[in-house]
Amino acid sequence: MNNKNTGMITGIRLRRIICYIVLTIISFLCLFWFYVLFINATRSHSQLTTQGFSAVPGQSLLQNWIHLAEGTIPIVRGMLNSLFVASCSAILCTYFSAMTAYAIHAYDFKYKKFIFTFILMVMMIPTQVNALGFIKLLDKLHMDNSYWGLILPSIAAPITFFYIKQYMESSLPISLVEAARIDGSGEFQTFNFIVMPLLKPALAVQAIFAFVGNWNNYFTPALILHDSNKKTLPILIAQLRGADFLKFDMGQVYVMIAFSIFPVILVYLLLSKHIVGGIALGGVKG
Amino acid sequence: MNIDNRKAVRYNRWGYIFLIPFVVTYLIFNLIPLFTTFYNSLFENYMSGLTQIGPRFVGLANYVTLLSGGELLTYAANTVIIWIMGFIPQILISLLLGAWFSDPSLRLKGTRFFKTVIYLPNLIMASAFSMLFFTLFSDGGPVNGLLMDLQILSGPYKFLSHVWSTRSLIAGMNLLMWFGNTTILLMAGMLGIDPALFEAAQVDGAKPRQIFFHVTLPLLRPILVYTLITSLIGGVQMFDVPQVLTNGSGNPVRSSMTLIMYLNKHLYNKNYGLGGALSVILFFCTAILSMMVFKLSESKE
Repeated sequence: MNNKNTGMITGIRLRRIICYIVLTIISFLCLFWFYVLFINATRSHSQLTTQGFSAVPGQSLLQNWIHLAEGTIPIVRGMLNSLFVASCSAILCTYFSAMTAYAIHAYDFKYKKFIFTFILMVMMIPTQVNALGFIKLLDKLHMDNSYWGLILPSIAAPITFFYIKQYMESSLPISLVEAARIDGSGEFQTFNFIVMPLLKPALAVQAIFAFVGNWNNYFTPALILHDSNKKTLPILIAQLRGADFLKFDMGQVYVMIAFSIFPVILVYLLLSKHIVGGIALGGVKG
Repeated sequence: MNIDNRKAVRYNRWGYIFLIPFVVTYLIFNLIPLFTTFYNSLFENYMSGLTQIGPRFVGLANYVTLLSGGELLTYAANTVIIWIMGFIPQILISLLLGAWFSDPSLRLKGTRFFKTVIYLPNLIMASAFSMLFFTLFSDGGPVNGLLMDLQILSGPYKFLSHVWSTRSLIAGMNLLMWFGNTTILLMAGMLGIDPALFEAAQVDGAKPRQIFFHVTLPLLRPILVYTLITSLIGGVQMFDVPQVLTNGSGNPVRSSMTLIMYLNKHLYNKNYGLGGALSVILFFCTAILSMMVFKLSESKE
């Protein structure tokens, strides 16, 4: 009995060691690329082209950035454009998804079941399949080459709606809404000043997801934005790939990629506790 | 009682009011475009050089052109092959990590750190990630430099000139971006299994491997099917990574051209007839898959 017990314990210890080794290798494979990106963003063009791989950073980060900002690619403008589109979309998306979820959660009306089922059914259908009609519509509305076509559709976001609805089921008692009514609070007022504050944790996570999704979005913006000073970061990155690569200063290329990726990583690391916890709640992405 | 009832009805009217923004936006920006996409697929409408051809009603001719030409099938096959190359390792790694993270007898330390790290690539801008891989794996890039420093290669390997290395790079990036997400989903599913079942198996003398194959996996089946279908829907949408990596060409010899890259090409060239027909075909594929997800989550409840 005693022998068997110690056998089991060393067995577990061995398994644990294997786990840590595998997890370390996998973590290394996840982080390696970003490490090289960081290192290479700090090296000069001649270091990058003649010395190949390096594990230690160089001293040209600032210089690479200055060259990039003074170059032909409107990188600062692109970042501001992306920031603007992603922020507006995130705000509209979370506010109106919460409103939609509240309509389904707190009220009882004839077509409620129908609308709820409909949203769940269309939730997974990708927007690319109606992109053609979408472009034609924007043309008709004179919204081509403007941000309206990127921002306004965020109001109807079935996936965000679904997450918030799930969250309401676990943490928004209807009795609270009824109590507010007895106190004379109007329905709109109740939603804005009593319900919204209660949803804060879910709204924060959804706002981050919506922001990141729009910050990274490439397909739709590339089809509707044509002016170079209106383009967002992913379009500029794709343009960089399309340009004659050998003529480019590689230090600038790495700095540009770094500035598209690292802001998101930074925000993620600061808020990772909430984000990782929120993924499994709805879990509907590809 | 009667007054109460009438009051409740009056409150419930607000349900419709709160739904207005969603319904109006969805109608304008999703349903109407879907309808126009269907409508456009029935017309001959494209640019031949600088001359506009059509629009002229041609019925289902665009569909016949698409389905009888070899391109659509080739690109669909590319998409599925690259998806499978990413999905199989993804599900295996995710099952393994999920089982470890949710195993109470292992008592792993630092799981939050590992979860944070493996989820990180999911939030990265796919186009920038792809551009990064393009520079890292280019002929004079750091990966070739490192392999030559280690004497594994004598000269640079042209990753983007070979069919399978290009496809592997795309599949590898998809794997890196999505395995963390899948791990966390599967782990949540494993934590939802009644611990008494594991204890009973342990008392009966089952080894960890036996418990995994005979208790965990069968109970996890609904979530596995869900992961499979949602990942397939994601796979159909594959665009940013191959588009930027191959500069929209899908080369070598169009072996990494995906369905959405093909659609993007038609839309960009204002080739609305064929683009519309392709959109409608993709709509039906994803709608059928979505229906399966919907039925699955309904039966779960």
